[in-house]
Amino acid sequence: MLKAHHYAVPISIIISLVLQIMPLPIQADVYRPDWTLIVLAYWTMALPHRVNVGVAFLTGLALDILLGTALGIHSFALSLCVYVLAANYQRLRNYSVWQQAIIIGLISSLYHLVVFWLQHLLTDIYFQFEYLWPVVTSMVLWPWVFWLLRKARRQFRIL
Amino acid sequence: MDTIFTRGPSLNNRLALAIALSVLLIFVDHKLDGFKSTRVYLNSLMSPLQYLANLPGLLLSESAQRLTSHQVLLAENERLTNRVLIMSERLQRFELLQSENIQLRKLLDAPVKPGMRKMVAELMAVDNNPFSQQIVINKGAIDGVFESQSVLDDQGIVGQVMEVGTTNSRVLLISDVTHAIPVRSLRNNIRFIASGSGSLDELYLEHVPHSVDIQEGDLLISSGLGDVFPEGYPVARVKSVIHNESRPFASVSAQPLASLDRLKYLLLLWPLSEGELTEDEQGTTLTGQAVGDRK
Repeated sequence: MLKAHHYAVPISIIISLVLQIMPLPIQADVYRPDWTLIVLAYWTMALPHRVNVGVAFLTGLALDILLGTALGIHSFALSLCVYVLAANYQRLRNYSVWQQAIIIGLISSLYHLVVFWLQHLLTDIYFQFEYLWPVVTSMVLWPWVFWLLRKARRQFRIL
Repeated sequence: MDTIFTRGPSLNNRLALAIALSVLLIFVDHKLDGFKSTRVYLNSLMSPLQYLANLPGLLLSESAQRLTSHQVLLAENERLTNRVLIMSERLQRFELLQSENIQLRKLLDAPVKPGMRKMVAELMAVDNNPFSQQIVINKGAIDGVFESQSVLDDQGIVGQVMEVGTTNSRVLLISDVTHAIPVRSLRNNIRFIASGSGSLDELYLEHVPHSVDIQEGDLLISSGLGDVFPEGYPVARVKSVIHNESRPFASVSAQPLASLDRLKYLLLLWPLSEGELTEDEQGTTLTGQAVGDRK
C-alpha cells in the first residue's frame, strides 16, 4: 500500500510543475502564479528538515528542463528563495496568513528578478513590468494553497 | 519530529553548494554547450509531465470537436473542398512551371534544386517563459527530427529545431531575441539578416544602409545562405522603414508571415540529396506518415 505521508510532498511538487508549464491562452499567461515557488515555500515553512535548499535545487533543474532555459537558472533562483524562507521559518510560521502572503510576494519578486538578471547576463533581454504580474497573483493565491496543503498535511499526518 | 538540520551540511553550506552548482551548470550549458547530448535524455525524462500538462487542453478541444454542430461541419467541409480545388488548380500550373524550370536550368547548366521531404507535426506546448520564445512539437528523434531542422506553417517559416527529445522536440521561433535568419527581398534580391525582436509580430533587419532600396510591403524570403533554412520560403513582410540620417543605419522592421501566435499544425522539412527523385516524395507528402530516415 502506498503510504501517503511519504509521497504527498513529491506529488504536490510534481503537480505544481505541471501547473507551471500548462499551456494557457496568451492573455492569461502573463498572470500565471509561481505555483512551484508557492508549494516549495509552504513545505519549507512547514517541514524545513525535509524540504529545503536541496529539494529546491532539484525542482529548479526540472523546471529548467521543462521551460528550456539554460540549466541552472531556475535552480539558482529557487535555492536562494527557499534559503531565505528556511532560515526564517520559525518567525514566518507565527505570522498570519495575510502577512505571509506579503512575504510570499517579496520572495516571488526576488525570484523573478534573479531569473531576469541571470537571463540578462546570458542574452540581451529588456525588463518589462509585465514580468512582475505573477507576484500579485502569487500573493492572492497563497492563502488558498496554504489552506489546501495544510489540510493535506494534517490529513496524511506528514511530519 | 527530527530536530532541524542535525544531519548533513548546514543550511548555509547547502545554499553555497546549490549556488556554486547552479553557476557551474549555467556556465557549462550556456557558454560551453556541454549538455547537448544529455539534454535529449533529460527532455525524454521530463516529457511525461509535458503530456500531463497538455491533457486538459486536449480534452477541451476534443469535447469541443464532439460538440460542433452539423451545420458548422458542413460549412467547413464546403470551404475546405473549395480550397482543395483552388490549390490543385495551382498545383497543376506549378508542376508545369517546375518541369519547365528544371529544363531551363539544365540548359543553363545550373544545378537542379532538390525537393524536400515533409512531415506534419502538431504543436504540443508553448513556453510561458517571457524571455525566450519556444514551442514544443510532437515529433522527436524516433521520427528522424534533427537539430537545426527548419519548421514551417502554411504561411511561412516558423523557426528551427533547437533540442530533440525522443518523442518531442523544442523549436526556437524566428522572433526570439537570440535568433536571426538570412533573407532576401523578393523584389530585388538584396540580402538582409532578420533577427528576432522578442515580440511575436516583429523582426528587425539589421545593418541596412540608408541607400538600400527597400520599401514597405516588400516580401522577404529565405536566402538559403547559412545552410540552415532552405531557399525560397517566405519569412516576413517589411512593415516600416525609418530613415533617420543621424543614425548609421536605417531602422527596418518586418512582420513574420507565419502566424506565430496561433500555431497548430507545423511542417518539418528534410532536405533531399540530388540523387533522390521527387517522385517518391509525392506519395508521402503531407500524409504525416513519412518515415523520417535521412540519407
